[in-house]
Amino acid sequence: MAQDLPRRKFDALVIGAGGGGLQAALQLARADAHVAVVSKVFPTRSHTVAAQGGINAALANVLPDNWHWHMFDTVKGGDYLGDQDAIEYMCRTAPRLVVELEHAGVPFSRLDNGKIYQRPFGGQSQNFGGEQAARTCAAADRTGHAILHSLYQQNIRAKTHFFDEYFALDLIVDDDGYILGAVVLEIETGKPLIIEAKATLLATGGAGQIYRTNTNAHINTGDGMAMALRAGIPLQDMEFFQFHPTGIAGKGMLITEGARGEGGYLLNKDGERFMERYAPHAKDLASRDVVSRAIYTEVKEGRGCGPDGDHVMLKLDHLGPEVIQKRLPGIRATIQAFLHMDPVNEPIPIYPTAHYTMGGIPTNRHGQVVTPAGQTPEEVVPGLYAAGECACVSVHGANRLGGNSLLDIVVFGRAAGNHIIEQLQTNRYHRPMTGDSIERTMARLQRWDRKGDGISVGEMRNRLKKAMEDYCGVFRTEDLLAEGVQKIVELEGQMDSVRLKDHSRIFNTARIEALELENLMDIAVATMCSAHARRESRGAHSRVDYPERDDEHWLKHTLFFKEGRKLDYKPVRTKPLTVESFPPKARVY
Amino acid sequence: MSQTMRFSIYRYNPETDSKPYMQDYTIEVHAGMMLRDALLKIKAEDESFVFRHSCGEGVCGSDGLNINGTNGLACITPIAVLKQPVEVRPLPGLPVIRDLVVDMEQFYHQYRSIKPYLTVHDPEPEEEYRQSPEDRDKLDGLYECILCASCSTSCPSFWWNPDKFRGPAALLQAYRFIADSRDQSTAQRLDELEGPYRLFRCHSIMNCTNVCPKGLNPTKAIGEIKKIMLKHYV
Ligand SMILES: Cc1cc2nc3c(=O)[nH]c(=O)nc-3n(C[C@H](O)[C@H](O)[C@H](O)COP(=O)(O)OP(=O)(O)OC[C@H]3O[C@@H](n4cnc5c(N)ncnc54)[C@H](O)[C@@H]3O)c2cc1C
Ligand code: SF4
Ligand code: FES
Repeated sequence: MAQDLPRRKFDALVIGAGGGGLQAALQLARADAHVAVVSKVFPTRSHTVAAQGGINAALANVLPDNWHWHMFDTVKGGDYLGDQDAIEYMCRTAPRLVVELEHAGVPFSRLDNGKIYQRPFGGQSQNFGGEQAARTCAAADRTGHAILHSLYQQNIRAKTHFFDEYFALDLIVDDDGYILGAVVLEIETGKPLIIEAKATLLATGGAGQIYRTNTNAHINTGDGMAMALRAGIPLQDMEFFQFHPTGIAGKGMLITEGARGEGGYLLNKDGERFMERYAPHAKDLASRDVVSRAIYTEVKEGRGCGPDGDHVMLKLDHLGPEVIQKRLPGIRATIQAFLHMDPVNEPIPIYPTAHYTMGGIPTNRHGQVVTPAGQTPEEVVPGLYAAGECACVSVHGANRLGGNSLLDIVVFGRAAGNHIIEQLQTNRYHRPMTGDSIERTMARLQRWDRKGDGISVGEMRNRLKKAMEDYCGVFRTEDLLAEGVQKIVELEGQMDSVRLKDHSRIFNTARIEALELENLMDIAVATMCSAHARRESRGAHSRVDYPERDDEHWLKHTLFFKEGRKLDYKPVRTKPLTVESFPPKARVY
Repeated sequence: MSQTMRFSIYRYNPETDSKPYMQDYTIEVHAGMMLRDALLKIKAEDESFVFRHSCGEGVCGSDGLNINGTNGLACITPIAVLKQPVEVRPLPGLPVIRDLVVDMEQFYHQYRSIKPYLTVHDPEPEEEYRQSPEDRDKLDGLYECILCASCSTSCPSFWWNPDKFRGPAALLQAYRFIADSRDQSTAQRLDELEGPYRLFRCHSIMNCTNVCPKGLNPTKAIGEIKKIMLKHYV
């Protein structure tokens, strides 16, 4: 059967056209590699477009700064779980990358001297924990849009080959464990296609859709992570899921941390600036995990706002209409559209909402996917790379700092692109295809042609999201998580009775959603099981029954394997490339 | 407080339908719902109904549709303002693939044709290019385009000549680069817009500006290009 499928051959295959994928593709296309980019939506519809606040780099355009301070903040922000070699690499490269983006056309906001505008963001400091820094380079509050469009535009110039609206189903794995490309589905025709490549990069973004209330797009279903799981590769640190403190209450749309960076602050029902109690020094610009927990606590202890006391307020009106219109025009429009309120006049109801997947496909700092083999915890998976939110390199550790993800995607998208270019010098030929992985993928696809009654895809997705929200939210306990594991495994068991009603071929989005549901389920199981096992509180993983960080037992990365739902662990890389290591310290803001 | 609302939706599946038809749906709605929420409810009842959408907040540009005769984004169109039955059709003038999904290739082709990328011929400095806040302000109202195609598909000149007239969205982007103090290709950009069609098919009827969900003004941008052209060639 695999012989009958149409085939295309490229040097490199990039799956995902967000900032991570497009940065890698640009690197490759400029080096004259024959590169294909597959995306399930037209590239500029990728979720990078929604990023608001900005991208971190120690340019020191506004306040004194250097990459080493940025590195310290990132290590501390991640509660010491981040790999310090990768963090050093990212923070050192950041200024150069931001300048490259500017040269590529990104319309950054400007300072009076013509340099790139930078704003303060949470968890940023000068001098290793001193005064607030201003490290986040911004294009108003549309930085993701500006970066994504510029990268796409430069790819047009470089003549990158795009497969728009193609859905990647699975990686192709041969008998020796090499990755040889992917099986994809052309959404318009419903026809499968094999894309062979000497190197394949997963850049498929995050999985925020496992939670009911989230800031993520409908398409953020963790497809690449699930593809890795199905190829026998583990996912790393999936228990660390970031809840952003300021989503629009009850709806989930994001209000950027830049709103607090520009001087906004949070109030409870007594009009108290409560963050002063939780983080006397950084206040509203403490790390996201800290602010989210503070909001939950305020609401739980009866100091929430509104008739149901179920949210807190974000005050911006004191900034004045000019600052709001100039620096935060996008969120003003969103607030007007969805709340019929104007932040210029009144405080905005907000509540934490699921936002960012810190965990993902384990890679080294060249973007190569690594997995345990025999005695080595990090053996390279030949032919496979991952970058961006789907990867875990890990620079964010247990909690990502705002502005560090746009940085992560371009830094490691570029590193992966460059490493692939190097590899192509020695790998001149495509490997012959062996193994039955394509057959397995086709069988999975054909399962959805089964007719008859069953649970609908939408119903199952709702059950999954509810289970994640109920059992794996901001505050976690042993009992809750044990029940959660039971629940999610039970749901996974019911997947066999999920049926499609529409079996047509042409632009069948119901089929795409069914395939996405399979991916969501794999990610949900990985997240719940990883969370259940970790008996400590670190960063975004907050265990009420184990409130302290436990470096003696838990300063290590979780690895979850789909097969047998097996868990394994590997050490954190605490040794940076050139500087001294930052040893774990108590984390106060 | 919930109530019901009536929708009349354009349906066409080339596998089974010989021609398009309108299908009626009545669904429960609640205050504050956007059209995208309503379409999702319809999809939950009738899996075979197809439309594009993703971000749900007006930034990705996936769900440009013709809503009661006017183009706009479903996700930021409150149903409260819509007359019943709400008629939802695909963006006009582009080939329909299925239901509300159109083939956007012509639109993208015109976008690519204007060379939508910053072009600088001087050697690159090791720092950012300097740009004054005033020069940067000139890009506001231009760079925010989300390529939703609401404008170009509401323009009669684009309907008649989608292969020759660049259309408002592409021309807005052409001006975005002409207006960028960093770009060094203005002369080529202007040259490439010469002739009776590419730019000059615009008759300033303003449909584009009236529908743009991001509040952008392609008509004005086109006017600016024409002005610069006059100066450039006189
Ligand atoms: C609302 C919001 C605001 C944010 N603001 C900021 C900020 O200010 N600063 C910051 O640093 N970070 C921010 N973030 C985080 C950051 O934007 C994301 O982490 C980052 O953009 C992810 O980029 P990516 O390239 O990894 O993935 P994405 O941009 O999500 O792209 C994923 C790509 O993969 C493709 N894809 C996925 N699955 C498949 C499949 N099966 N087949 C084919 N293609 C597939 C998609 O089509 C898409 O092209 C924000 C996030 C959100 C949600
Ligand atoms: S100019 Fe406005 S209507 Fe036209 S494509 Fe851009 S955002 Fe859409
Ligand atoms: S769904 Fe993204 S613009 Fe409407």
